[in-house]
Amino acid sequence: MGRMTYIDAARQTLAEEMRRDPTVWAVGEDLGRGGVFTQYKGLVEEFGPDRISDAPISEAAILGAAVGAAMMGTRPVVEMRFSDFALCAVDELVNQAAKARYMFGGQSRVPMVVREPIGMWRSSAAQHSQSLEAWYAHIPGLVVVTPATPADLRVLLAGAIRCDDPVVFMEHKDLWALEGEVPDGPVDGDPIVELGRARVAREGRDITIVSWSAAVHGAMAAAETLGTEGISAEVIDLRTIWPWDREAVLASVRRTGRLLVVHEAVAAGGFGAEIAATVAETLHGDLRAPVRRLGAPRIPISYAPPLEDRVRVTPEAIVAAARSMVGQPEAADG
Amino acid sequence: MTARTAESPGAPPNFDRQRLLDQYRMMCRIRAFEEAAVGAIADKLVLGAIHPSIGQEAVAVGVCGTLDRADILLSTHRGHGHTMAKGADPVAMMCELFGRAGGCCSGKGGSMHIADFEVGMLGANGVVGANITIAAGAAHAIKLKGEDRVVACLFGDGAINRGPFLEGLNWAQVFGLNVLFVCEDNGFAASTRTQAMTAGPGPAARAESLGIPAAEVDGNDVLAVEAATKELLADVRRGKPRFLVAKTYRLTGHTGVDPAPYRTAEEVAEAWTRDPIARARGLLETAGYAGDDLAAIADSAQREMRAAYDTARAAPWPDSDLAYADVQDVGDPRMVAF
Ligand SMILES: Cc1ncc(C[n+]2csc(CCOP(=O)(O)OP(=O)(O)O)c2C)c(N)n1
Repeated sequence: MGRMTYIDAARQTLAEEMRRDPTVWAVGEDLGRGGVFTQYKGLVEEFGPDRISDAPISEAAILGAAVGAAMMGTRPVVEMRFSDFALCAVDELVNQAAKARYMFGGQSRVPMVVREPIGMWRSSAAQHSQSLEAWYAHIPGLVVVTPATPADLRVLLAGAIRCDDPVVFMEHKDLWALEGEVPDGPVDGDPIVELGRARVAREGRDITIVSWSAAVHGAMAAAETLGTEGISAEVIDLRTIWPWDREAVLASVRRTGRLLVVHEAVAAGGFGAEIAATVAETLHGDLRAPVRRLGAPRIPISYAPPLEDRVRVTPEAIVAAARSMVGQPEAADG
Repeated sequence: MTARTAESPGAPPNFDRQRLLDQYRMMCRIRAFEEAAVGAIADKLVLGAIHPSIGQEAVAVGVCGTLDRADILLSTHRGHGHTMAKGADPVAMMCELFGRAGGCCSGKGGSMHIADFEVGMLGANGVVGANITIAAGAAHAIKLKGEDRVVACLFGDGAINRGPFLEGLNWAQVFGLNVLFVCEDNGFAASTRTQAMTAGPGPAARAESLGIPAAEVDGNDVLAVEAATKELLADVRRGKPRFLVAKTYRLTGHTGVDPAPYRTAEEVAEAWTRDPIARARGLLETAGYAGDDLAAIADSAQREMRAAYDTARAAPWPDSDLAYADVQDVGDPRMVAF
């Protein structure tokens, strides 16, 4: 085990996959200079400008070209810079990449990874802060990956690159500098099987908190606090939201009898709704409290810190919700 | 470029008669295929929309028939002719239009998503202009892999008003990709005259503004389309994208059920005098082929496509379990967990 940042995990994994498979290449704006978050830094020196390829500011073309290149037997890793800009290429991702295999009757595969950094990143405001993972989970054909730790980013990116489906790979901008334990050596085994497999980030008995991406860290902090109050919270990091690990969630909730879903995205129509509904449909009789969701209110994200913070799901809010679900009164400021 | 008329077909003096005969045969087959398909709509056998290319066959044959089998083709919602000219099997295509087993996309695509990867035809597209960036990407992969095949990307004159047109052409030019862009200019985008909605001098000027040389050709003259295609492909094969504007006219409605009331009977009648098939036939007669033999080719195409119609009608529906196939590997809906 060594320690590594989220960004180094991303950079190192891409480099390893590119060494392993000559058909893997990356394309996006400013990649030659390392990418906006330096997640491609140094790669052009090793792989050259054809494989770490600078693109014009043409999101539709970046994604559309990746679709054509994937159909022709290469494995493009597409950099969208901010997930917000991927909206300029919705057709290419949703109508083309996701559906080509199906509508052509299986004649083609579209093995591509679309990296879409998500989430709030201080004072980036409404067009650089969104968490739209639920949109993509809604689209048949796509895989949606939301890693929360360096170790998971590493294995999930390797799996995403190796699998033959189009993958929306959502790194959280606020996690780039996060350090964590990462197994030594290159990703081994078959990382594809990790897509769709949740991680129990913390074991507990009284309540299951399901989360993904940066919100996992809020859930862990909340679980810590709850522990000091005698409430034992299990935290499940879904890691990928399509497919999502239904079995892991159901098994946990079957034991704890309580489900709280926590995500940074807007709560209305968020992926938490899918999890809540599934648990309600499947485990109705086993539940000891109504299922709850925590997410952002349905408002765009502000620029000024106090306004921005207003939509954050904080550890305090998670603690308060969990407390109320296990039958203890919410704190006054909850 | 002035439009030629049937009276002045402008065939090069030493054209390859055998080649034109083959092109004439393919145009007849495309026409017959689409006539059969349109008939099948009335018979409620083709259920979804089709967009016939009746009148535009010379573009399909002149461009797609000039490509090698290893070359790649990306097409539009009006792609039957392109697909057949690239070598796809019309029976499998007809089954696809009927949504039957044996369809080239297993009955999952229909007319607007017709594709045959075996012959390098990577798909029609239900989204106007979407094929342009995909074509650029296909050529990008060709370049990365060091292959020498080319990509032909056909689209209508309406597509030049979409963003992916600019993005895709720019992409091909900055990366030096083997793409031949072909604007099949039939003057209409659905029921609107494209010119009314297009600023500036049009498709060729837009390509040239990006540094991509453009040629204009009479798209009803198969020999002219082929000659222009060949000339441009010589550059395209060396990583220089090129642009061809083929001026043509769709002789029937936008879809198989569109009576096209947005244009006059006189306009359409005049356009019929420039029918590309009649023109090729006229040239062949001048070159010494017997009218009867040429009529026999057209008849045989009709018979072939009626047989395709009968085959498709008799074909079973696809197994409904196929609805669950080929969605994705990870998160496959056939797994109970999802
Ligand atoms: C993005 C998009 N917008 C609108 C449509 C509906 N539509 C289908 S065909 C068509 C006209 C296209 O005209 P053109 O590109 O000139 O091709 P043509 O039909 O003339 O072959 C339109 C508007 C569509 N399929 N895709």
